[in-house]
Amino acid sequence: MANLHRFANPAQFQRLSRALLPWVAGITAILFVLGLYFALFASPPDYQQGDTVRIMYVHVPSAWMSLFCYTFLAVAGAVGLIWRHPLAFMSARAAAPIGAGFTFIVLATGSLWGKPMWGTWWVWDARLTSVLILFFLYLGHIALSRAFDDPARGAKAAAVLALVGAVNVPIIKFSVDWWNTLHQPASVSRLAGPAIDSSMLPPLFLMAFAFMGYFFTLLLIRIRADLASRKVQALRVAALAAAE
Amino acid sequence: MSTFWAIVARDVRLAVRGGTESVMVLVFFVLAAILFPFGVGPEAEVLRRIGPGVIWVVALLAAMMSLERLFSADHEDGTLDLLATSPAPLEIVFLAKAIAHWLTTGLPLLVAAPVLGVFYQLPGPAFGVLLLSMLLGTPSLSLIGGVGAALIVGARRGGVLLALLVLPLYVPVLIFAVAGVDAVIFDAPVRPSMMILAALLLAAIPLCPWAGGAALRQALQ
Repeated sequence: MANLHRFANPAQFQRLSRALLPWVAGITAILFVLGLYFALFASPPDYQQGDTVRIMYVHVPSAWMSLFCYTFLAVAGAVGLIWRHPLAFMSARAAAPIGAGFTFIVLATGSLWGKPMWGTWWVWDARLTSVLILFFLYLGHIALSRAFDDPARGAKAAAVLALVGAVNVPIIKFSVDWWNTLHQPASVSRLAGPAIDSSMLPPLFLMAFAFMGYFFTLLLIRIRADLASRKVQALRVAALAAAE
Repeated sequence: MSTFWAIVARDVRLAVRGGTESVMVLVFFVLAAILFPFGVGPEAEVLRRIGPGVIWVVALLAAMMSLERLFSADHEDGTLDLLATSPAPLEIVFLAKAIAHWLTTGLPLLVAAPVLGVFYQLPGPAFGVLLLSMLLGTPSLSLIGGVGAALIVGARRGGVLLALLVLPLYVPVLIFAVAGVDAVIFDAPVRPSMMILAALLLAAIPLCPWAGGAALRQALQ
């Protein structure tokens, strides 16, 4: 019975996601083509940074997505714990590695950008440091949700952790800012310096929407794959039971 | 309320009678801190500079060592199921266990910290602030760590997992505790960091039992 209840909602999701997926994926592809064209060809190089500034069009959208994904995890966890909605746990499980991926891209592109701009791969800057801690929060979430023999238990534990983490992210951000001003990092020009030129905004927002679309495309694919693998497992168990 | 004190008393009694565990945590705390001078050299200037940070980082690790078994042990022998059927809600059970953890781990660390302060050549006034930061900081460690310990009940490879869950959440406590002790050494105001450390503890006292209780409830289902 419990299994039937579990599949009642996901069946509807399967139908809906099958209809949605081509549209979401198509829009994402168009946004990526437009965004990359503007970011790489149709926008001016920075007057100081030259072509290096184009790293921004990947770096900044992934930074936004890394925070968005963690919010998504916390909301999905709360929905799952409060309304016991199985799809909420599944989407949290599917979203966590995507968010970790975005966070890794922020750190990697930031490091690649830092080398020519600051002359070093890593600076203990407040923002870099808090993103690094966010990355470990993601890893903890992924590890916890996979640490139990019963996936339902892992999903619930990870949901509690996501909520604890969501409360802590602002506190960690604040404390790292405090720590950073206290220690006065070596004279590194902050990223935030001059205001961004308006000609750079269209490609930046195009790329941000493309990243958002990419997230939802991957999310749908991952949830569908998760559902399919559960179905396969259920069928195997049924086949074994029938053979006995 | 009687359940609450009964749990605290039980855990402390278990630790005192059965236990080498508190002693082991203490030995680890002192030994790990002693290793650093071998790594960076014995100059008093360097040691004074890194002292507060090293003492606090080692305290975090030591406090984490005994966390893994905090709820897992009770889960394995069935005590946790019995506690869940007691009239006290799981949030109260969590708070009692966290306080017992602090009494058996945080308090010994606090007592041993001045010895490490001597090793690290801390100036006189820094000792008071080091103790104050330990007094305000280590209960937060027990509470936050307790949530992690409740989450890993029944998990595979609990120990490594616990470190991954808990250490990022310890960062704010570490920052403000060390900032306070450093402030004495560099003649800066101590009060703000101690106030924030106290605020963190005040926030952790209601929030952590809530999260920990929820985590225990999931584990028992």
